[in-house]
Amino acid sequence: MKKTIITVVGKDTVGIIAKVCAYLADNGINILDISQTIVQGYFTMMMIVDTAGSAKAHGDMADEMAKLGEEIGVLIKCQREEIFEKMHRI
Amino acid sequence: MLNIFEVAETNKMIEKENLDVRTITLGVSLLSCIDSDLGRLNQKIYEKITDTAGNLAAVGEEIEKEFGIPIVNKRIAVTPAALLGGGACKRPEDFVTIAHTMDRAAKAVGVNLIGGYSALVSKGMTQADELLIRSIPQALSETERVCSSVNLASTRTGINMDGVRLMGEIIKETAERTKERDCAACMKLVVFCNAPDDNPFMAGAFHGVTESDAVINVGVSGPGVVKTALEKVRGESFEVLCETIKKTAFKVTRVGQLVAKEASRMLDIPFGIVDLSLAPTPAVGDSVADILCEIGLEYAGAPGTTAALALLNDQVKKGGVMASSYVGGLSGAFIPVSEDQGMINAVAAGALTLEKLEAMTCVCSVGLDMIAVPGRTKASSISGIIADEMAIGMVNQKTTAVRIIPAVGKDVGDRVEFGGLFGYAPVMPVNEFSCDAFIGRQGRIPAPIHSFKN
Repeated sequence: MKKTIITVVGKDTVGIIAKVCAYLADNGINILDISQTIVQGYFTMMMIVDTAGSAKAHGDMADEMAKLGEEIGVLIKCQREEIFEKMHRI
Repeated sequence: MLNIFEVAETNKMIEKENLDVRTITLGVSLLSCIDSDLGRLNQKIYEKITDTAGNLAAVGEEIEKEFGIPIVNKRIAVTPAALLGGGACKRPEDFVTIAHTMDRAAKAVGVNLIGGYSALVSKGMTQADELLIRSIPQALSETERVCSSVNLASTRTGINMDGVRLMGEIIKETAERTKERDCAACMKLVVFCNAPDDNPFMAGAFHGVTESDAVINVGVSGPGVVKTALEKVRGESFEVLCETIKKTAFKVTRVGQLVAKEASRMLDIPFGIVDLSLAPTPAVGDSVADILCEIGLEYAGAPGTTAALALLNDQVKKGGVMASSYVGGLSGAFIPVSEDQGMINAVAAGALTLEKLEAMTCVCSVGLDMIAVPGRTKASSISGIIADEMAIGMVNQKTTAVRIIPAVGKDVGDRVEFGGLFGYAPVMPVNEFSCDAFIGRQGRIPAPIHSFKN
């Protein structure tokens, strides 16, 4: 398993999750967990995904998701899980 | 499993509070390049650096992308050049060719600075050491990316006052040679007491002779993260204050450890150390002085500054040590004047003087850093400032350093512009009473006694 954290932040609008999920499904990326909240009117979503089944390099995926974010009008980041895991777990 | 708030906290640190990995520094031993022929020596140095560091910049960028954290600098530290040129270099100009080779190699592999144009003369100078030191003004003024450092003192050997006297003159000459560029070459020159072998930060990075063939050292930085964390505990007790700094330092350092291990794995070069320093930049909110203000001072330099800095430095180490498997380098809060907007403001407001900075260096790394003084300051006065700083390091068994810029043609009230990460520095007044006779003495100051501590 190769866990990646996807964060989506932006103005709430119809179809954000649908578009992100469609991209993930097209690329063989499995979603393990989704949490979502609205902070001060801003849509904030975190997804934990498994990229082991994807042929894409992390960098390419990050670039493509960032581009998808631009199209929807939100900010999408893909980061390997370790940076969060190391910072918040001993 | 991770929750959304933890993820948001980390990304807020990166996006809003300037959390970054300040440098991945690749240490490369050049001892195997030693040759009695100058041309062959230079060729071997170029090949060794470019072979070892060829992938450094690319790996740095890949890690940046994977973890979503900026890695501001990718740098190289090499074996002190004075140890390499003993056989081949007969004149200072011969050493300058090594500086040019280092500069070319740095450009070829895409690193912004390369350190190690250095000499270790804490007790005495070899002929090669002296030739290298005398070549520094020419070497630094003719190259772009080469950094130079000279270790002039240590707790075990005392202070090499002949070296201190010489470096006063060398710093003046280095300033003079780049006077039309605001004496920029002086930014790339630092003198040390107790210089560490594994420091990843420039200008003082070199690859010590106690190190292996190649090693990855990483410096993290997050003054803005500490400052933001402290905003939430205003008015609380020292216990709460210290715990907050420790926890924050832990989080910041864990990122450094992760990046260091990942770089080590990808480059197949052993991981050396994480340097726990709080390194500021001129960016707003990335200031060590602002942390001191948040602790409760009107400006850095106000009474209480030394105590606040001592506290900050110690808590950063306590939190950071547990977050990394190996800690080294300088590890502490940096208090450069030019690279820290809060420090610049403190000088401009008249709150911070050279003498107060000297007191602050007793409790933190690394010393009098990026300080501009009037261009008319005598070489002997610069040597006197260096000697004072070396004495602090020697007696307190810590690393201290001096990176000072005698701003040619400028005086108190003027400022020197360095640009980028280096920022600008207001010219600070220097005590003008003479120390000529003291600096004029030959020889060295003996090592201090290690008992009867008071």
